[in-house]
Amino acid sequence: MTWYTRLWRYITLAHGAGGKETEEIVENLIVQRVPPNLWKVGEGSGLDSLDDAALIPLGDEGYVAVTVDSYTVKPIFFPGGDLGRLAASGTINDLLMVGAKPIAALDAVVVEEGFPLEDFNKIISSYIDTLKSNNVALIGGDFKTMPKGQLDGIIIASMGIGVAKKPIRDSDIKPGDKIIVSGYVGDHGAAIMAAQQGIGANTDIVSDVKPLTDLMIPLIERYADAIHGAGDPTRGGVAMLVNTWAKKTETVIVLDEESIPIRPQVREYAEMLGIDPLSLANEGMAVLAVDSDYADEVVKYMRKLGYDKASIIGQVYKPKDPRHAGRVLLKSVAGGIRILEPPSGELVPRIC
Amino acid sequence: MAQSPSLETTLNNSRMDSSKLNIVESTLRNRELSIKITDKIRKLAPLAAKRAGVDIIKIMDFCGTHEWTVTHYGLRSLMPPEVELVAGPGCPVCITPAYYVDVLIKLSLEGVRVYTYGDAYRLPGSGKRGKELRSLEEARAAGGDVAVVYSFLDAIRMARKDKKPSVFFAIGFETTAPATAGPVVHGIVPDNLKILNVHRLTPPIMRYTFTTHKENPIKGVIAPGHVSTIVGAKAWEFAVKEYGIPTVVAGFEPIDVLLAILEILKQHVEGKPRLVNEYKRAVTWEGNKKAQKLINECCEVVDAAWRGIGFVPNSGLAFREKYHNIDAMHEYGIKELTPEEWKYDLPPGCRCAEVTLGIAKPTDCPLFMKVCTPGTPYGPCMVSSEGACSVWARFGGGGLAEEIAKSLGIV
Repeated sequence: MTWYTRLWRYITLAHGAGGKETEEIVENLIVQRVPPNLWKVGEGSGLDSLDDAALIPLGDEGYVAVTVDSYTVKPIFFPGGDLGRLAASGTINDLLMVGAKPIAALDAVVVEEGFPLEDFNKIISSYIDTLKSNNVALIGGDFKTMPKGQLDGIIIASMGIGVAKKPIRDSDIKPGDKIIVSGYVGDHGAAIMAAQQGIGANTDIVSDVKPLTDLMIPLIERYADAIHGAGDPTRGGVAMLVNTWAKKTETVIVLDEESIPIRPQVREYAEMLGIDPLSLANEGMAVLAVDSDYADEVVKYMRKLGYDKASIIGQVYKPKDPRHAGRVLLKSVAGGIRILEPPSGELVPRIC
Repeated sequence: MAQSPSLETTLNNSRMDSSKLNIVESTLRNRELSIKITDKIRKLAPLAAKRAGVDIIKIMDFCGTHEWTVTHYGLRSLMPPEVELVAGPGCPVCITPAYYVDVLIKLSLEGVRVYTYGDAYRLPGSGKRGKELRSLEEARAAGGDVAVVYSFLDAIRMARKDKKPSVFFAIGFETTAPATAGPVVHGIVPDNLKILNVHRLTPPIMRYTFTTHKENPIKGVIAPGHVSTIVGAKAWEFAVKEYGIPTVVAGFEPIDVLLAILEILKQHVEGKPRLVNEYKRAVTWEGNKKAQKLINECCEVVDAAWRGIGFVPNSGLAFREKYHNIDAMHEYGIKELTPEEWKYDLPPGCRCAEVTLGIAKPTDCPLFMKVCTPGTPYGPCMVSSEGACSVWARFGGGGLAEEIAKSLGIV
C-alpha cells in the first residue's frame, strides 16, 4: 500500500502548506516518478537535492541557476507588500540562495475574469519595479484569463535565471557549521495571518518581503568558501528549512531559542494563535550555514550591510548514533531540550 | 470554515500589551531562574524519592496545557532520573465519547446545523477511517451542515440570524461549562438552538485516575490552572486528605511548572503532603462563585462516560429538568448513553485511554506517528492541540531529544 492510499484520499491544504505533507507529495508522487538520471543535468543539481534553485553546469564558466514558483496570497495587498513584490522577491531570493547572481526572469500570469484592472496594474508594476531595482531583466512570459469562479483572483508563476561561479549547495553543510539568520524570524507569515484575520491594523506586524541582493551578493563575493548552505525560510519557516538541512546532510542541528530574533509583536501574535513563530514564513530573510571559523566575522559583516539583527542561532553536529541523523533540537528559553519537528498538518493559511 | 465575527474582538481584547509580555518573559520564561530551580530539583530528588519510598517520583501534569508546557519547553530533559512527569486526563476533546460525535454527524446530514468548537470539528467518532464518515469535518465535506465557532455566543448570534434548527456541541471541563451555562440561565438562547451537553468534571476523573495507578502510584499532582480559576484550589483538597498526594495548582509558564515540581519534592522530603496554590495570580481558594452558581442553576451532576474509559461516577453535567427545552437530547429524542449500553469507543489499536490516564506514553502506541499523525489523526488524542499525542507529535516528546542532547554533550 502506498503512503497516500493509506493515509490520504484527497489533496488537502496541508499538502500545499510547505511542511511535511508537501515534502511527502513531492517525494512520493513527483521525484519517484522521474528516473534518477533525469533528476539533474550532468554534474549540476536538481530533484536530487531539491534546493532553492537547480543548477546546470556550464563547464569552466560555472553554472546556470534556474528556479520557478507560483505565487498566490490572500490578501493580494498586505502590510509591507503585495503579490507582485512577493513574486519578484521570491524568484530573486531563490537564485541568491544557491549562490547565483540573478540576471533574468519570466512570468506567467493567470487572472480571473472580472479582476479589477487597476489592481492588476498595481501588482504587475510592483513585480517589474522589484526586478528593475535589482537589475534583473524580464525576458518573456504568458498571460491568461480564466472564467469567473474558476480561479480565485490571480496567480503569478515566476521563473528566474541566474549565474553562479561557485554555487552554494546545502549538501555541503558540515558538522561544526554555525546557523545564522539575517534578521527577525516569522514576519511575513505573521503579517499575512494578521491580515487574514482582519486585525492587521492593530498588530503593527509588517511583512519582510524584499529581495536579498544587497546582502547576498557581497556575502557570496567575500565568503564564497565559508558559506556552506543558504536558504530563505518561506513556507514552513525556519523549522522546515533546518529540518530539511539536517535530513539532507544526515546531521543534527541544535538551535538556541534564546538567540533567535523574533519581534515581540510577532511572538505575541503567534502565541495567541498557538502557532510556533519558527514555522512562520519569511520572504526577506536568509538562513546560512557558515564555517565556524568565519561565523562571527560573517555576522559582523552582515550587520555592517544593514542587517543589524543578524545572529548565530545554532550549530550543526555530527550524530553520535545514526538514528539521530536528520533531527533538529531546540534548547528552549527555559533551558530544556526538545525536538523541533517540521511543521505538519497545521491550519496555517496560504501565505505565498 | 465559518469565520466567526467575534474573533477580531476576542483577539483584540485579549492582546497583552508588550510590557506584560516582557514581564512574563523576563520572570516566567527565564533561563537563569530555570537553571536555579532545576539545580534545587536535582538536589532534592534523591532524598525525596527515598522518603517517599520509591525509586522514581511519578508526578502527573493533569492538564493538556501543562503537558504542552512540559514538552514545548523541554522540561523533561531537565529532570533528574528520580523524577518522572506523566500527562493526565486534562484534554476535553480527547475524552468526549464517540457516541456524541456520531449523533451529531447524523443530525448534520438530516438538515440540523451543528455548531462546534474547532478542536472537536476533526474529532473522530466511531466510523471506520476511509469507509464511513468519522468526524464533523468529513460530514461537512459530505454535505452536512456544520459550522465552526469560537464560542457559544457566536453560535447564538448565528442561530438567531439564520433561524435554522441547530445544535451546539457543548464539550469541555469546568472552564468552558460556564460559557454554556451563562446564556442558558440568562435566557438568551434562541428557540431554534439546542445544546448537546457533554461537559465533564475534572476532580472526579482525577480521583478515578489515582485508582488506575495502584501498582506504581502517583506521587505528585500538578493540578489544572485554568479549571482551578473556576472550581477554586479547594477542589483538589481530596488529593491530599484522602490520598496523601502532594498537590500544586500551577500556572502554564515553564517556571510555574518547575516551581510546582520543586514544591512536590520538598513536601516529600518533609513528609508532609499539602495543597499549594502556585498560580495565585489567577486562582483563589474558593474559585469563581458566580460561574459555579450559573452551572449549578441549570445543570446537575451525573455519572458520565469518558472516551475509552467508560462511566465515571459524578463526572458529568446534564441539564436539569426545567431546562429540558434547550436540551438537544430531549428535543431530538436522542437516547442518553447508559453504563449498560456504553461500548468501548476507541478505534482498534488506539491506546488513547491509557495515554489519557497516564498509564501509557504516546510513544508506547504502535500507531503513533505511523498511521496516526497530526495531519492524519486516527485516535482522539492526536486531534486536539491539548492531546498528549498531538503535543508529543508536534514537539518531539518521548525521550529522543534527551537522548540526542546527552550524546552530543549539550545538557
